[in-house]
Amino acid sequence: MPSKKNATPANPAPAVEDPDAPPPPDPVPPVQVLYCAVCTFPPEYCEFGASLTRCKEWLKEEHPDLYDKYYSEDALTAKLGTLSVEAQSKLEKDTAKKEAKAEAKADAALKKKMASQVTIKRIERNKRKHVTSIHGLEAFGIDLKKAAKQFSSKFATGSSVTKNPQGLEEIVVQGDVSDEIVEMIEAGVGVLKGIPADNVEVVEEKKKKGAE
Amino acid sequence: MFKKFSPTTDIAGHTPVKTSIQRGIRAGILSQWKIEPETLEAIWPKKEGLVLVKCREHISIYTVHNEPLLFQHFDGPYYPTLQLLHKYPYILPMVKVDRGAIRFLLAGAHMMCPGLTSVGGYLPPADASLPAGTPVAIHAEGKDNAVGIGITKLGTEEMRKVNKGVGVELATYLGDDLWALQTL
Ligand SMILES: [Zn+2]
Repeated sequence: MPSKKNATPANPAPAVEDPDAPPPPDPVPPVQVLYCAVCTFPPEYCEFGASLTRCKEWLKEEHPDLYDKYYSEDALTAKLGTLSVEAQSKLEKDTAKKEAKAEAKADAALKKKMASQVTIKRIERNKRKHVTSIHGLEAFGIDLKKAAKQFSSKFATGSSVTKNPQGLEEIVVQGDVSDEIVEMIEAGVGVLKGIPADNVEVVEEKKKKGAE
Repeated sequence: MFKKFSPTTDIAGHTPVKTSIQRGIRAGILSQWKIEPETLEAIWPKKEGLVLVKCREHISIYTVHNEPLLFQHFDGPYYPTLQLLHKYPYILPMVKVDRGAIRFLLAGAHMMCPGLTSVGGYLPPADASLPAGTPVAIHAEGKDNAVGIGITKLGTEEMRKVNKGVGVELATYLGDDLWALQTL
């Protein structure tokens, strides 16, 4: 690497103004706040979220000292603070309710995801040329642009994200690569993770003869 | 402000902010927040362009490197995002709500005076009282980090005297849709 002359990036001296001026004061460093990997709150607020059970599991695993700080017997009594016992039990009930609701919602989302289909279509462009369209990957949380990129580097062909006539986004890859894509999805290569093989269907679209 | 906020429907557009206007914003922040110029420089270096993300209902979010740093309602005071406040907790004066109020705050409610004046709450002492219209960090009884950011509706001394109705209007809080936005 070429070395830069006078490389002092942290505190460039105010060269022209006043050579005797004291160096500029250092900025105050930011406080590093730990956030819960489950609910994104600082762990002290997990108890108000909708995923306390999973939050606690995470904290116990990753930061056992903090887990003790927030959830030990003593901590729980001290935490009550000025809150009455009734209000506290109301809060606990609320939390349980919220948690159940969030779980039901996650369940429904998962069911919906598991019911959605990925359609791989082999489309005939002319006698020997085909393109392959892949539709429905986004339902599995896959970034279409990244997937398209993965296809184009894997098959060394053009691959792009386009809108189909129904206005839904899909990936179009040049050439007939439908079988290979099915294999990639089954193997969960790269970004193509989490799609059950049963949810993948391959269809063929022949060139239309005449006007329809 | 951000209880229900969706980037796809609530944003009108992104525009880079003119240098002259950036200077005004920087001066505004330095006069409104208790922040050292060099710290602000570390958060938002002068050579980095500020981007204005225009949102519905006259909300402006300002970002640096796509990361929301501050926001403003109409031409009111500048608020840091809660993430920024967590990093620099001293930049706004602090009030505290009692434990009973946390649940309501996290549902997006404005903070009533009794939740601030009770034993678990906190308002600055008389000689450091805050006038109405001051952005404040909202802390919570027994917690280290701020739970939200709001603006005083009454002076803090008045809150003590009246002790009913809304004392602090909530601007952003833990878990609202601004909190959920890491980048914009
Ligand atoms: Zn959590």
